[in-house]
Parts: sequence; structure tokens; C-alpha cells
Amino acid sequence: MARLTVNGTEHDLDLAPDVPLLWALRDTLGLTGTKYGCGLSQCGACTVHVDGQAVRACQTYVGDVTDTEITTIEGLSGPVADAVLKAWEDLSVSQCGYCQPGQIMEAVALLAGTPEPDDEAINAAMNGNLCRCGTYGRIRAAIHAAAEALKQTERG
Amino acid sequence: MTRVFERPTSSPLHPSRRTVLKVMAGAGAGLTLGITLPQARAQDASPSADDSDTFAPNAFVRVLPDNTVTVLIKHLEMGQGVFTGLTTLVAEEMDTAWEQMRPEHSPADAKLYNNLHWGPVQGTGGSSSLANAFEQMRRAGAVARILLVQAAADAWGVPAGEIETRDGLLRHAASGREATFGAMAERAAVLKAPDPASVTLKSSEDFRLIGRDHLSRPDSAKKVRGQTTYAADVRLPGMLSALVRRPSRFGAVPGRIDGEAALAMSGVRAVLPLPHGVAVVAESHWQAVKAREAIKIEWDESGAVKTGSKALLEQYRDLGGTSGTTFRSDGDALAALAEPESQVIEAVYDVPFAAHAPMEPLSAGAMMTDTGIEVWAGAQSPTFDVLNIAAAARLKPDQVRLRIIQAGGSFGRRASPNSDSLVEVAAIARGLADQGIEAPVTLTWTREDDIRGGYYRPMAVHAVAGALTQDGQPSAWRHRVVTQSLLKNTPFAATLIEDGIDRTSVEGVIDLPYAIANVKGELHSPEPGIPGLWWRSVGHSHTAFAVESFIDEMAHAAGADPLVMRRDLLQDHPRLLNVLNVAAKEAGWGLPQQEGQGQGLAVHTSFNTHVAHVAEVTVKDGAIRVDRLICAVDCGLPVNPDVIRAQIAGGSIFGLSAALRGRVTLDDTGLVSQSNFHDYEIIRMGGAPEIEVHIVPSTEPPTGVGEPGVPTVAPAVANAVFAATGKRLRSLPLRLG
Repeated sequence: MARLTVNGTEHDLDLAPDVPLLWALRDTLGLTGTKYGCGLSQCGACTVHVDGQAVRACQTYVGDVTDTEITTIEGLSGPVADAVLKAWEDLSVSQCGYCQPGQIMEAVALLAGTPEPDDEAINAAMNGNLCRCGTYGRIRAAIHAAAEALKQTERG
Repeated sequence: MTRVFERPTSSPLHPSRRTVLKVMAGAGAGLTLGITLPQARAQDASPSADDSDTFAPNAFVRVLPDNTVTVLIKHLEMGQGVFTGLTTLVAEEMDTAWEQMRPEHSPADAKLYNNLHWGPVQGTGGSSSLANAFEQMRRAGAVARILLVQAAADAWGVPAGEIETRDGLLRHAASGREATFGAMAERAAVLKAPDPASVTLKSSEDFRLIGRDHLSRPDSAKKVRGQTTYAADVRLPGMLSALVRRPSRFGAVPGRIDGEAALAMSGVRAVLPLPHGVAVVAESHWQAVKAREAIKIEWDESGAVKTGSKALLEQYRDLGGTSGTTFRSDGDALAALAEPESQVIEAVYDVPFAAHAPMEPLSAGAMMTDTGIEVWAGAQSPTFDVLNIAAAARLKPDQVRLRIIQAGGSFGRRASPNSDSLVEVAAIARGLADQGIEAPVTLTWTREDDIRGGYYRPMAVHAVAGALTQDGQPSAWRHRVVTQSLLKNTPFAATLIEDGIDRTSVEGVIDLPYAIANVKGELHSPEPGIPGLWWRSVGHSHTAFAVESFIDEMAHAAGADPLVMRRDLLQDHPRLLNVLNVAAKEAGWGLPQQEGQGQGLAVHTSFNTHVAHVAEVTVKDGAIRVDRLICAVDCGLPVNPDVIRAQIAGGSIFGLSAALRGRVTLDDTGLVSQSNFHDYEIIRMGGAPEIEVHIVPSTEPPTGVGEPGVPTVAPAVANAVFAATGKRLRSLPLRLG
């Protein structure tokens, strides 16, 4: 039995502690917005937030996150998330879209800690999130756009 | 057949029984018109037609009373933007508002949804989607508009010619009447549609959506929220998860199989032998992962490939030193090369095997039904897939229902002519049913399965020799290509292999555009036993590297500027010449470079689209960094400029991954050396250069952009490295030292 708090809801799951969080989310809870891409923390498609930090769900085990707040793309909310999602849509970042939930989870975590990242900070934060369609330029632009929008909101 | 699960009522894959009955009633009541669907297919063709007052003027357009317009897209959306592109064409002629458009995949049905460039076959590939459907989709939209106007004219008792349409509204100015398309849907549904060939299409100056710089992608909102359902995301009650153990050497087959230990594990339901591997089926993916390791298999390696990449490369290079089958012969290249006054340059280029590695690994689902089998997948070749699925499930093709759903990238991988992954899932569903287990099953390839599973862009060697006259003019070009045939033993062989020449092996050389009097092209097609497949830009992914590197070598040997030599030799190809000039101008070609920096260029036509790249690189401590890529593209009339920019930029990154990182190699015993993204590397954010895309204005018919951004990247970068260092790199991925 493992008790997980996902997107604000507690679940008691009949899972061994060594089951990767990714498969608990996808197979047990049906939260399929978190994607499998590599299983080795090499691609970032499975990025979720654990207590606000971006982590790879494929290398995070159910037993390690029982007393945490887990957020997936389905439960992402708040002003930073709204700004990021809007920027992603406005700039038509997504091509196939498969990696984008992970990219967005990573970008929201970045902006939550670094409200105005420069290109270098973006490259460093996003380097673990692969996109085979090659949307990197737009991801970079969307993060800048979201940062700018958040700054305007704050001033406003 | 006993059912062990209930169909859900709201799955996108399964219209509720109520929906099905209503749609069928609708079809029976004559609501599908014009170039209409056979009634038996109406249920398939109307996945969103939930109401009998839906207006369905043809196989592509549905107007619902809620004023949304569904466009049935006959090609696979795998990121390339075909949902946006084909929807734009319909919306333009229909005069709808962009926001009311709802693209979704058509059913698999070659009669209605064939690729007009491919004949009676439905499929997505060769960057052909927009080009083949350009007029078809516009006519589909125009017919719908004519019927909606007629419906309004009838309702209002006014002449049709007085009714204007715009943004999904019908207006009669004189009487002040106005209605939405949705409001006229039911009335339009009973009218007889005109012949699509007879309708007049807009002239280009009247376009409002075609050519608009940016239309928001209709698939964006769901994608960013994780709501897009890819094949592995389909959830059905009682669904099982499958993995397949495949041999570690190509050509090996399972011998004795001991599944006892696996079957004893928690959640494991079946171990099933397949022709090329062994499937394990469990209640969850993770259980299947654990159980797969526990299956004991003695592999029969009598037919296995035990040759490594190094040995293979040597064999290919040796072949490149000998004459092959001639595929092009202009003038007398051998005589020109033998001229005593000629300066002869020779070079050998090689490219490795490369995996497609879409971010969504191959995945597909299947279940046996009362009437046959249902399969869901991101399928690029539905017509062949249906035939292959039928054979694997021991059914007739008309018992196969293939649901095409969005793919998380493909780049050609989901278009294998033998439908490798779909055959597996169909055989698994059949195997389960044979054991009395009647449940839907989803098959996932792990990333390791993907990288090690073959179906690669094949290894290729190009041995090229050129002659320069005493005044530095190229007089001969002899080009030998060594690469395995992709088309042999496929349904495409009959049309695309001619006189022993596989067109995809030599595309880009057979049509070498440079004005050189003596050209000889020869092909060797070895059979290494490693499955090959079209990989974003297919043959162009290696031919352009050789051709555009070699012309650069010729220019340097002649003491000419590589831009000037290309210009001189492309006078008969004005569109190619133009993109070359645009890219060179935008990049500031020829400006002095700092120590360790260089510019390189390449220009190439693929899939009737013309592309030039200028690469700017910095070489420091033996490492190549690409700082900027400047690209010019002529793809005819730019239908969706923002999608073109996205595809060319994305193709540039794909090309850059192949230029600098990705390769699959086999060790000396035939084992694939790479397994995941740590050793099959692709470009990451930190290595992604600034990319500029310049679209050349054109009114020519549109051509594709999914692939043509790839071929010119590697040669442009290699040429830039030469400019920066004086070192000529002739192997991909490019490595200094």
C-alpha cells in the first residue's frame, strides 16, 4: 500500500514501493499526460512536480514520495502555469506535442524560482528535456514571453 | 465470443451505441451527399457526427448544428502540422472562422482517403500531404459553402447570388438576414451537392487564411495540457500491457522458450511466441517490464547478422571502389576524368545507421471484437497496415478496423511497409483470444527496443570523383552510391525500383542539378540484413551530404568561392538559385570571420521543395559548436507560414542531430552498441542554435516542408568546419581529431 497525494487528492494504491511514479500515475491513476520517453531520466517527458520541484517520474519511486505533494500536467495551476500555457499556445510551440507536458512542467518550475531567466539559464534548466521535433527555439521564446507576461501582471 | 469487459460509453475510440445508431439513421436518411460515403462506412466516417442534423456534404466536411466544422484529415498528424494545413484549405474556401474548425483523423479507407500522389493507397509520407490535398480539400470546402448558401437562399427566398459568406456566417445585405453555418446545416444536408470538379475556387488575391502568417494550431490546447491521446494513452477497462522480447542480433529467431518464471509473476497473464520474438502480457506496463526479463529464450542465431559496423563500412568502401549499376550517364565522365589536363578530386563520404527515435516510442493497441479486430495507432500507412494486421490476426482485411490517432513524432518510423509494430500487437491480441483472454491490449516499445530495433536510416558510402578543367570549371562528376535498398520486397518496389535502381537510394544524385557536362552515377545495393527504413528525408539525408560536400571541395580545389561556383552551375534552376542567394544574403555570406569560426552553405531540392542553409560554426578545443543556421525555403505558395517556419526549424534540428550526434553502430559481433538517449544522442536545448527561416514568396503549387529542412544541414555544417579549420570531415556524425 502506498499513499500518494496527486494534484491535491490522496490515493491509497496497492503498489510496491519500488514501482516508478511514472507507472503509478499512468497505469494506476490513469493520468496519461505524464509521458514515457526513455525510463532513464534522459529525456524529461515524464517531468512532474514533487513539492514544487521538477523531477523525473520514471526514476522516482512510489516509496520515496509518500509524504509529498505531487503535481502532474493535469493538475498544474496558478499564475506561472497560466502564463506558460498561454505562451506555449500563442507561439504554437507544440509539434507532435508528446514532450511538451514535460517541457511545460520544467519551465514552470524554472520560472517559479527564476522569474526572469536569460538564455543561459533557460538552456541549463531545459537541457534535460528532449524534443525530437526540434521546438527548442520556440520553447526558449515562450519562456521569455511567459516571464514578460508575469512581470507585466505584477506591475499592473 | 464472450466479452469480459464493457465498452465505455465515452471513449473517443468507441462512439456510444446511441451515437452509432443515430449516425447510421442519419446516413440512411440520406444526409451524406455528393462524393458521399458508402453507407457501410458511415459509422466510421462520422466519429463526431452525433446528431442527425449534421451536414456532411462529402467525405471531408461535417457542419454541426453547434456551428463547429469538423474536417476529416486523411493524413497522420505526427507533429508536422497537417491538421492545421488541410483545415486551412477547407476553411479558406468555405469562408469559416478559424476558431470553429475541428480537425480529426479520417478512418482508414483507401477508397475515400487515398493519397492522390500514391494512387489507391492511403498514407502519409514523402512530404506529400499538403501538395496532394491542396485542390481536393479546397474543393471539399467550396462544395460545402455552395450548399450552405443555397440552403440560406431557399430559407430566405432570395437569390443565392445575393448571399455573402464570411467567418462562418451567411448574410443577405438587402434584407438584413444573417445566419450561422450551423443554423443552416440541417437544411443544407438535404441538398444535392455539385460535382467538386465543377466548382470555382478562389483566386489567390482573395485568400484570407491561406498565407496568413500565423494561425493558432488547432491541436495546441490539448497538447499543452497533456490531454492529447496518443496510442499508449488509450485506456479501456480490463486493458492489458504487452512488451516483446526481440533478439539482440538482427535475423535471430526464438528457439526454445521457457516462460514459467515470468508467468508466475504478479499480474502476468500470458507469454506468447511471435515469429521474431516473444511477447509478455501483464496487467500493467511495469509488471510486463519485470516479467520480460524473466523469460528464458534460446535464440536461433543461424541466420543472424554477426557483422559489425566497422567491417560493414570497409565492405561498403571497397564496393565504392568498383563500378556499380549505372543510374545516370551524361556525356562521358570517365573520359573527362582521364583527360591529362584535368585536375581530379576524389572523396569518400559515409553516414551511419540512424534511429528515428520519436519521443513517443512505437506503441499501439488492439482488441479482438465480435466481427474482427480493432487496432489503434499513429499509422502512416493505413492501407498496408490493414492488410498486414489482417494476416497477423488471421482475418480478412474487411474485418480490421484501424483507428488512426495522433502520433508523438514518427519521421518515417510509423510507415514501415511490413507494419512491424502493428503486426506484433495484432498477433498478441489474437494470441490472447486463442488462450481465451479477451481483453484490449496495448503494446509499448521501450526506448531500448526502439534504438536497438532496427528500421534505421541505412548506412551509406558515397565515392565521388570530379574533374576540373585548367581554368577551374567542373567538367566531370562520377558518383558511386553504396547503400541498401529500402524498397526491395515492399509494395513500392514495382513502381520505384527501375532497372535495379531503387529511386530512394539515389534521389538527390540522379537529379544532380549542377550544370556539368559529364556525369556518371552508379549504385551498389548490398544487403547487410539490418532492417532499413525511410527516415526523415530518406535518401536525401545522405545524398545531399555527399553532393553538397563535394561541390564545396571542387570549389576550394578550383580556388573559387563555394557560393560563386554553385551560382554559376545553377543557372538552369532558378528556384534553387534563388534560395541559395537569399540564404547567402541573409547570412551575410563572405564577411570576415574570427579565428576558429566559419560559414558553410548547402543547397538542395527534395520532395520538390528547394532549401538552402548557411551554417555558422565555432570550433574550439576540437569541439564543433553551431552558432546559427540561416535557411531559405521555396515550397511554392506558403499556405501556413508559421508551420513552414516550425517544420524547417525542426527539420534543421533533426539534421543537426544527425550531423553532430546520432549514430547507431554494431559491435564486431553484431550487437547494437547504443540503447537510449545517453548514447544515441540528439540535440538538446543547450546545443540548439539560433535558426532563421526565410520563406521565398511564390504562387507555384505548394510542396511539402516536413522533410526538406533536413538534408542541407550536415553538409552546411561540414563545409563551415572546413572554412573554420581547413579540415574536411567526410563522416557523419562530424568529429574533429
